Amino acid sequence: MKLLTHNMLSSNIKGVTNGFPLGIEAEKVIERSVDMNPDFLKNMFSKIEWKPLVEASRIMGYSDLPEDVPDSSVLDSEEFLRKFHHALLEIHLEEGALVCPQTGRKFPVNKGIPNMLLHEDEV
Amino acid sequence: MPSMIAQIRLVSSHPEVYEPCEDSFALVDALLADRSKLLEHRPALCLEIGCGSGYVITSLALILGHVEGGAHYMATDINPFAIQVTSETLEAHGVYAELIRTDIASGLEGRLGGSVDVIVCNPPYVPTPEDEVGRDGIASSWAGGENGRRVIDKILPIADNLLSEKGWLYMVLLTENNPSEICLHMREKGYASRIVVQRSTEEETLHIVKFWRDSDIQLETDENRSKNRNVQLSKANSLRFPFRRQASIVVSLRQTFQVSALFMNSWNISDYDMPFSLA
Ligand SMILES: C[S@@+](CC[C@H](N)C(=O)[O-])C[C@H]1O[C@@H](n2cnc3c(N)ncnc32)[C@H](O)[C@@H]1O
Repeated sequence: MKLLTHNMLSSNIKGVTNGFPLGIEAEKVIERSVDMNPDFLKNMFSKIEWKPLVEASRIMGYSDLPEDVPDSSVLDSEEFLRKFHHALLEIHLEEGALVCPQTGRKFPVNKGIPNMLLHEDEV
Repeated sequence: MPSMIAQIRLVSSHPEVYEPCEDSFALVDALLADRSKLLEHRPALCLEIGCGSGYVITSLALILGHVEGGAHYMATDINPFAIQVTSETLEAHGVYAELIRTDIASGLEGRLGGSVDVIVCNPPYVPTPEDEVGRDGIASSWAGGENGRRVIDKILPIADNLLSEKGWLYMVLLTENNPSEICLHMREKGYASRIVVQRSTEEETLHIVKFWRDSDIQLETDENRSKNRNVQLSKANSLRFPFRRQASIVVSLRQTFQVSALFMNSWNISDYDMPFSLA
């Protein structure tokens, strides 16, 4: 699971109002390099919640992203794009769990696949 | 030259996972038929709901290839074996999608609303007894309950929420699912629709229907809504539409829906006697 996906998932448990961002328990993190596409990154930049991405990257062992929400002018910087690209698309949570910020319920991640299925009493 | 769609010999399989069949092929044929439009569309986020073997999402990724601006693919399935098989199928073709085990798109809706540019879906559409829907294992890949609509009717509002302003939905529907009614229902939400591929096998007639938001239809539905409100306000004791309006609905449906002869035949005239639900 890439951090792009982490940035798009929220806890779907019935009654939870603050389901985003999900916490991360990282047991195994892997990196897979992919070609960088600046247009895609620019497109995604507006959809990304910045702080959760910074925090998720840090938990996964990558601390090079700027702490504060960058102004969109940074998108002209090749150096910024590389970091953003790496954090968003190249770091994978392979084993671990996503944690509902409100209830602490864990959604397991195995072989890189998050399991967001709910139990009957959570729907 | 690398193949433009997934190759069957490279599609992984598992006894509990739906194998690519006529419906899967028809859906991929619809995507192929729309290829140049899809490339022009430049989708950034693509999602398959119920990916099964991975044949469709892999084909979509291959069809879009190096779409300018880049696309990100996601696929969901409720069945863990389907997710596993999809991951193998993607890998065998050298493409990538993020996979999530979930019910339809649960967990994605909160953040992804209004952001998905292409959704593809070959849902469980076979009419079955209600209690066969959602069972574990292979039955859940086809069992659709009454008229085969149980899962379809859950997916449609979710797709509506997820689709971006310019978003497209491609969905496999069976004649028994009453596609004309589904198109009408989507029209109330501002969607135009078109049958991209229609195909009959011995057992079933498949329609691959594409839905997209249409500003004229959105305007029209807004107007109809307010008109209807006025009708209610004026305490009309009958909820029936005046004839003139019924006629105009039929005409605009014919125009924008490109309703096939088959649809018109299955169309039940009494539908027009009933006001659209305004829920
Ligand atoms: C008809 S099969 C299509 C598989 C594949 N997309 C294809 O075209 O060959 C339907 C798929 O939807 C999945 N499915 C059924 N109900 C679902 C649900 N509520 N949420 C997610 N996936 C579901 C099934 O597990 C199955 O893989």
